[in-house]
Amino acid sequence: MKRIITATVQNRSGVLNRITGLMQKRQFNIDSISVGKTEVEQISRMTFVVEVEDMQKLEQLTKQLHKQIDVLKVADITDHAIVARELALVKVVCPPASRNELQSIIAPFRASAVDISKDSMIVQVTGDSDKIEAFLELVRPYGIKELTRTGVTAFLRGHQPQAADGNTYSLITN
Amino acid sequence: MKVKAQAVQERKPTAKVPKTGADLFVESLQAAGVDTIFGYPGGAVLPIYDALYRAEPRFQHILTRHEQGAIHAAEGYARVSGKPGVVIATSGPGATNLITGIADAMMDSLPLVVFTGQVGRSVIGTDAFQESDVMGITTPITKHNYQVQKQEDMPRIIKEAFYIATTGRPGPVVIDIPKDISGEVYQTAAAEEPIHLPGYQPTMKPNNNQIKKLIHAISTAKRPILLTGAGILHAKASEEVRAFAKRFQLPVTSTLLGLGAFPASDPQFLGMAGMHGTYAANRGLYECDLLINVGARFDDRLTGNLEHFAPQAIIAHIDIDPAEIGKIIPTSIPVVADAKAALQQLKTAEAEMPDTETWRNHLQNYKEEYPLWYNNPAEDLIPQWVMKAVHKATDGNAIITTDVGQHQMWTAQYYGFDRPNRWVTSGGLGTMGFGFPAAIGAQLACPESKVISVVGDGGFQMTMQELSVLQERKLPVKVLIVNNQSLGMVRQWQEFFYQERYSESLLNIQPDFVKLADSYDIKGVRLETQEQLVAELPSLLQSDEPVVIDCRVLRQENVFPMIAPGKGLHEMIGVSR
Repeated sequence: MKRIITATVQNRSGVLNRITGLMQKRQFNIDSISVGKTEVEQISRMTFVVEVEDMQKLEQLTKQLHKQIDVLKVADITDHAIVARELALVKVVCPPASRNELQSIIAPFRASAVDISKDSMIVQVTGDSDKIEAFLELVRPYGIKELTRTGVTAFLRGHQPQAADGNTYSLITN
Repeated sequence: MKVKAQAVQERKPTAKVPKTGADLFVESLQAAGVDTIFGYPGGAVLPIYDALYRAEPRFQHILTRHEQGAIHAAEGYARVSGKPGVVIATSGPGATNLITGIADAMMDSLPLVVFTGQVGRSVIGTDAFQESDVMGITTPITKHNYQVQKQEDMPRIIKEAFYIATTGRPGPVVIDIPKDISGEVYQTAAAEEPIHLPGYQPTMKPNNNQIKKLIHAISTAKRPILLTGAGILHAKASEEVRAFAKRFQLPVTSTLLGLGAFPASDPQFLGMAGMHGTYAANRGLYECDLLINVGARFDDRLTGNLEHFAPQAIIAHIDIDPAEIGKIIPTSIPVVADAKAALQQLKTAEAEMPDTETWRNHLQNYKEEYPLWYNNPAEDLIPQWVMKAVHKATDGNAIITTDVGQHQMWTAQYYGFDRPNRWVTSGGLGTMGFGFPAAIGAQLACPESKVISVVGDGGFQMTMQELSVLQERKLPVKVLIVNNQSLGMVRQWQEFFYQERYSESLLNIQPDFVKLADSYDIKGVRLETQEQLVAELPSLLQSDEPVVIDCRVLRQENVFPMIAPGKGLHEMIGVSR
């Protein structure tokens, strides 16, 4: 099963290496990782999308992450109310004749053309992973020359329905 | 020609030299209360060694003859003293020679603070002479690691490292120090910073609800069993575990590393469990309805096939490391806590006593019906018998270190540890060459104790260069080589599982260990018969000098009983003659 896990970490050298290393050592499959600074200086936030077999493996992963000295907080937010976003840049084959047609696909996805050359167009699309997949399916017939994706970054929504509590491992709650 | 030992080198009077980063290093070690260092100099740690030369008061620096010897010695020191072992090695090969010991300490949760030299900051990443990526290499095998980037960070980093290494679940911390950081004259004064590690707050006190749950489970159990792990030793909780076991009349078994936490001679003790554990202990784990694991991590050598591990039991697990709970075995009563804190509550909590008499008698029957056994033909030296003789000659009070393999299992089975912190062995990593240098560290930590390094002839040859340290320091370590002229455990598995194809496991060519000892000006003795051993062993072990004893044991002796790989606790072989 796919899980979205976030970790806030101290922004020290080697912390990313330590975390990806432990995932490799313990045989966890990482779908994507995104890392960046937060509102607090010296604190970074990581978002992982991982493929785990079962809840026991998942618990083990969050515990191992939390065990790292530089990791402040770990949460599996998959079952919470969240905002999850990813950004993709797609270079699509696009001779001048297809430009309008492509624009008409872009519009409903609220994507945007960020670069146009004589035979290609770079499209930037943002959203959850499903939306990006759907967009890629639509433009694939035109020919995708290059594709890059940032991986998911995610946040808890401001308001949480009560039922979704109880899946954080940041503190040991016996 | 024999070289006379020269214990402490004369020092040249030192002229006033300006304070360098290395002096900061020395001050930080002094602040951490370090008095003994195991190490080996080299290019990238020249400034550090110069500062050590000038340091007042002097550190006791143990110059081993290989960095691996230094780190295993530090492990032995840490294991018996509970204090962190401190190691210094140079960059590149010096650092990489430490890797086995760092991994070993990580597996067996030993507190080490390891300093490695690094090339100067301006050439890091250029494949400079004796450069290696110590941070990259040690990340997966350390509790934490640091590279000092600024001189003024050094005191804080060293303070943090000692704190991290010794608290919570202990482990090794590596600090990589570039040569320019230690070599340059020190400019700015470092601010006195308190330890601030918001991501590291080990849970010490148990949760009350879980303790209540556990007490209830004990009160209602018909077939409870207590499993003692090394976590009890780290928490210095052997008194508590004893009181707890006595209070509820619990049958007790132990992991390999937990030996000594509960007295082996106590009638409640079933013996060690696991692959070469006793029949009673393994049946106890197999048949129990409540398993209380204190400070053990359900290693595969303990559990055997997980399907058959305590299949009917409620599992309670007390561990300071939450990641160990539920890692291997689904656990219904998790207690994240320091073993001492948890046991203190358990031994005093209000509780009803379980009725376990039938169960205890049942296990007692196993103990009497299926004790450990071996054949003892009069013409041969039998290793199990040798271990019993060692026990007798030392009243079971010696500190014993071992490598990994047959001699380790025989020692675990027959020495009978009644006291904590007398047993130093490489459990998790299973490192050959560990035992002898570990004995050096143990002897330095406990100068008054009898320290015996029980090693195989294979393992001893991996680190025997450290005989120099015995000679130099006049350390009265006794090296007992259980010499079966083979890599015994490998040979045993080849006999059982590879139709006696003894591939590369027979060591027909060996040094003459007696002459070897003699060349270090150390007494060497070869024992070949029971008669000889009975006559000579007691005085050899009681001597105040180092001794190397080459004990020629029966080559084809095997370790029994045994759980074959992939089998369950109930499928032991070699249970009786």
